[in-house]
Amino acid sequence: MTTVFSLNEQPVRFEGDPDTPLLWVLRDHLGLTGTKYGCGVAQCGACTVHLDGKTRRSCVTPVATVAGRNITTIEGLKGDTAEAVKAAWVAIDVPQCGFCQSGQVMSAVALLNEVPRPSDDDIDHAMAGNICRCATYVRIRQAIKNAAKGDVA
Amino acid sequence: MNAPASRRAFLKSGLVLGVMLPMGGRALARAPGAEGAAAPFAPNAFVRVSPDNLVTIVIKNIEFGQGPATGLATLAADEMDADWGQVRVEMAPANDKLYANPAFGTMGTGGSTAIKTAYMQMRTAGASARAMLVQAAAKRWSVPASAVTVSKGMVTSGTRKASFGELAEDAARLTPPEQPVLKTPDQWTLIGTDVPKVDSAIKSDGSAMFTMDISRPGMVHSAILHPPAFGGKVKHVVDTAALAVPGVLAVKQVPQGVAVYAKDGFAAMRGRAALEVDWDLTAAETRSSDQLFAVCARAAAQPGAEAARTGDAAAAMAGATRTIEASYYFPYLAHAPMEPLDAVVEMQGDALHVWMGAQMQSAQLHTIAKMLGVPPEKAVLHQQYAGGSFGRRVEPTMAFPAEAAAVFKAYGGKAPVKHVWSRENDLTGGYYRPIMVHRLKGGIDAAGNIVAWDQVIAGQSFAKGTGFESQMIQNGVDHTMVEGATETGYTIPNHRLGAHIIDSPVTTLWWRSVGSTHTAYAVETFLDELLALSGKDPVAARLAMIEDERRTGVLKRVAEMADWGGKVPKGRARGVAVHKSFDTYVAQIAEVSRGADGLPRVHRMWCAVDCGVPVNPNIIRAQMEGGIGYALGHALYAELVLGEGGEVMQKNFDTYRSLRINEMPEVEVAVIDSRADPTGVGEPGVPPAAPAVANAWRALTGKSVRRLPFIHGDNA
Repeated sequence: MTTVFSLNEQPVRFEGDPDTPLLWVLRDHLGLTGTKYGCGVAQCGACTVHLDGKTRRSCVTPVATVAGRNITTIEGLKGDTAEAVKAAWVAIDVPQCGFCQSGQVMSAVALLNEVPRPSDDDIDHAMAGNICRCATYVRIRQAIKNAAKGDVA
Repeated sequence: MNAPASRRAFLKSGLVLGVMLPMGGRALARAPGAEGAAAPFAPNAFVRVSPDNLVTIVIKNIEFGQGPATGLATLAADEMDADWGQVRVEMAPANDKLYANPAFGTMGTGGSTAIKTAYMQMRTAGASARAMLVQAAAKRWSVPASAVTVSKGMVTSGTRKASFGELAEDAARLTPPEQPVLKTPDQWTLIGTDVPKVDSAIKSDGSAMFTMDISRPGMVHSAILHPPAFGGKVKHVVDTAALAVPGVLAVKQVPQGVAVYAKDGFAAMRGRAALEVDWDLTAAETRSSDQLFAVCARAAAQPGAEAARTGDAAAAMAGATRTIEASYYFPYLAHAPMEPLDAVVEMQGDALHVWMGAQMQSAQLHTIAKMLGVPPEKAVLHQQYAGGSFGRRVEPTMAFPAEAAAVFKAYGGKAPVKHVWSRENDLTGGYYRPIMVHRLKGGIDAAGNIVAWDQVIAGQSFAKGTGFESQMIQNGVDHTMVEGATETGYTIPNHRLGAHIIDSPVTTLWWRSVGSTHTAYAVETFLDELLALSGKDPVAARLAMIEDERRTGVLKRVAEMADWGGKVPKGRARGVAVHKSFDTYVAQIAEVSRGADGLPRVHRMWCAVDCGVPVNPNIIRAQMEGGIGYALGHALYAELVLGEGGEVMQKNFDTYRSLRINEMPEVEVAVIDSRADPTGVGEPGVPPAAPAVANAWRALTGKSVRRLPFIHGDNA
């Protein structure tokens, strides 16, 4: 069975079981490995992508449900907000092991696209679905604030 | 430093990590086969300079987040006087001769030893390279070496200048100095500064590669089903339904369980879910956690093997004015690194290739090689970044590499196999921080001085029965069970520590800060209770009982930072704890209130750390922040419970609860500017956090928490 959707602004086709979660289509069939497996049950957020601009846990999203829709992964993240977030992450060395950080960045960009000047509560609310076992949370919070202020040098 | 033959071997097998283009001022992980690859100047196993003026530092430790890649490169680059922007890092190949951890005698990362053991080694490697570059310039310009200076990667004498790259070929013809002169601390330009990390960029844009991201031509994906109880075995497999799953290629029985092979990772997982297996549980652990706790508690009521003794604790207890007694219960904990365990195994002709984040590179590679009948010299490790470890990426039994080899072999060795654990495999797969029970008794005299301390620890030893036993267990005492309690750090005239080793088929392992995960909690909370008996101030009374200046130093510093004794916001209370682990001193103060869920809400943590020379204060702060978060998440919410019949009840992050951002306190860290030789920071941030919170909680509520995690709610 064929599923067609837009991935990072390019049309892609997936030939296979329509129940296959988007995560595995991205990683094992399309070779985009920036999106990570961490739990498989939408608990950790390592697999976060954007579906029509909103965060989505790709590990529990059957590929059939994204037919005709727009998926953005960490590899295709573009625009001022995305660049500011990534630069803010690097500027204060947020990552430790780094495995969850694609998901963290995807959630942070979605937050700032919706709420350009988030409060601490906004950040907690938007980011609570993304586990970081290294607990880089202090810096994630700071980097989001810095990105919001444009202070990412 | 190393024979030229070894250097050549190294140059040929040097492996590369990461993909990234250069950015101004930031050292980076280097692109495979790209810039800097042809390096004519390799004065030792750690430093290479290429004609394109890049300096490559070879990293012998695994990088799983604690920052050794940046730290080790900093040590060498500073002595070279390299410009940080020209520095690249590569992961070392599996080669014990060149890259053994001096603390282990083989390659490996653990015990917070990376910076401690690399301090002189990497500086010497850098200084040696610098001396040769200087000599090459002196020769070229016919000036004495003393007339040549080096700064930020440029070699200068008068008006003449040359880059490292321009001198590389000349320097390669020289003999390395026998004893290169090291800088004095006032000459350092990188050490002691917040040098930007080499891997932040590739870990912020999804381009960093982990083992899970490796793909090989013709690769098969495997998943495994383990027995439902520790020590169980496969009796009978019905694989019809599994084989009917689209994409599933095969099902094989292996000593560790049942492996499912498929065209992609999801099909493998789905095939596993469709397996029907009859298990033989006759030799399995069928006791529950509650039953194991009871076994430990019964043992802890007896004196046990003596781990430490000062004075006569029994006599002093009998003569004490007041005594208290308490038992502490610590559950099984999983490390749960974000990236579950994984490996890619492939045969290319008669050569074995393994991609993994190996914590003991050569031992793990050679475990796989041996099982596949490949001689060590034909085995190649492609060392990857690892998505966390906290101690999980090597077992003394080499269990995971053995499983990866068995799974590869069972498929026939025909195709490369990517073996990936699910989160369920990870949480139910054992190698836990063992269950521990502590029984404590303490006595004070009429003036409130602590005169007697009697502690017994009972739990499992992960060293027993492994190659580590002779090193770790002496006279019935496993050092890793009692470390952090043998010396409390306080002047207590009569002190005794006993220990019991309890046996169970449940596999256990070192877990970030090892013995100190439980000893710091028991010692620091029980001490607080004894001090409270006479109404003593927790900071002042601790200071009065500490002789070690560095321990005093961190405690004083953290008290200043938090304005201890000053005003605390309404509804909140504070607690303090101090602990030394792996020769690093850490003191922390927690400020807590009662959360809506009835659990401590930790608002703020202050932390002072003395790890000797702070090689990179920014990374040290990050490790304290992360260590605190790791400690709090487990102390407040996490445990693995063996239910009736010995099945692990928590199978994913829905029930094995991890700290989340909304539960993370503000953290302020002070790094003591010490001149002592540097020690590690990966683990020492963990031990004081939970007792600091427990002490604050008792100050707030009057309740002592003696059974972790706090969420139990059935605490005294």
